[in-house]
Amino acid sequence: MADVVHEAELALRQVPPVEAVTARPPRNFQIVPLRGLPVVAVILAGLVATIATNQLWAIDFFHVVGGGMWTALDLFLGFVIGPILGRLSIPARTEFTTRFMPKMVLIMPTLVICTLAAGWQLARHLGTIDASYSHHGWVVASVIVVAVMAVIALGVLEPANIAVLFELNKPQPNGEIIGRLMRRFIFTAGITGAMQVATLVIMTRIATT
Amino acid sequence: MTTDANDTTPVFGSTQHRGDGSAPPTLNRRLPPIAELAVASVALMLSGGVYLAAHLPRHPPLAPAVGLLAGGGALTIAAMVLLSRLRPFAWGTFFLVARWALLAYVVIAGILGFVFVFDHTRGATLAVLILTLVVFALDVPTIIAFTVARYNEAGPTKDTATH
Repeated sequence: MADVVHEAELALRQVPPVEAVTARPPRNFQIVPLRGLPVVAVILAGLVATIATNQLWAIDFFHVVGGGMWTALDLFLGFVIGPILGRLSIPARTEFTTRFMPKMVLIMPTLVICTLAAGWQLARHLGTIDASYSHHGWVVASVIVVAVMAVIALGVLEPANIAVLFELNKPQPNGEIIGRLMRRFIFTAGITGAMQVATLVIMTRIATT
Repeated sequence: MTTDANDTTPVFGSTQHRGDGSAPPTLNRRLPPIAELAVASVALMLSGGVYLAAHLPRHPPLAPAVGLLAGGGALTIAAMVLLSRLRPFAWGTFFLVARWALLAYVVIAGILGFVFVFDHTRGATLAVLILTLVVFALDVPTIIAFTVARYNEAGPTKDTATH
């Protein structure tokens, strides 16, 4: 955990001075990729159908696949992409951001809602959400971890992501604003990545004890 | 929320180089803690959800959950009041982002609400959960839209932006 924070701080310190660099963001990028919306709609319709039919396998599928991808993406973003992004040149960072971040605007909320809705239903189905469940404390701990991550992600990370995309979409993006928002993004991505480790510990404890 | 860059040549970082050396006004401007209030409200909403979830399937005393809901609702109202008093502000950008974000979070809150109804949550507990989701679905778009709009130059007034 200390290494992770150190890595994030190192990346932040190595962010090149944006004032000194001139870069051109690619034109005509979409903040919300419209082509992805039908895919999201199909996934959400599948989620609702799964919950409505209450089939254990399908509920488990949505929870495990959604949760696994959410955790992996958070860890990868926080500990691999984030530090790399912090050390890239401004043109490279701009190029990467305008191609990567719009996809995240669709992917992350979809994964989160699939994981949480299916997870809740799965817990009801298996009885693990009941106060009488022997490892109820671990289940409550996982809900608390998710709640803290949600506050960070919804309150800081996602708004910063969208604000960066809006700034990059301007005729004359302001490097100082982007630098400030990107620091916030990289730091909070590191925190949520670290919290996902706690989720992994809790989920494997519940599954094996 | 699909916005395309226009045809002018974009030059990243150029807006900071002002002749008088001053920073852009959007960076220097001090704004009320609107995002902070909304984030605190989200935290209270999630705390209420955790509290109710921790007591299932029993019907827990609703007073703590109602207290958290009332507190969160009050923070949201305070944020909205502070927001409505902002002059000048990039209201066009704010409402552009807010309406799409609201649509997204209404869908998310709707799916969560569907799960609670499907699981036969009824009565006062369901009412508290639904109201919690409503406040949550208002808070998040407010945070996102405010964060985006605060870094935009003030455009038309709120009245003209909404019509």
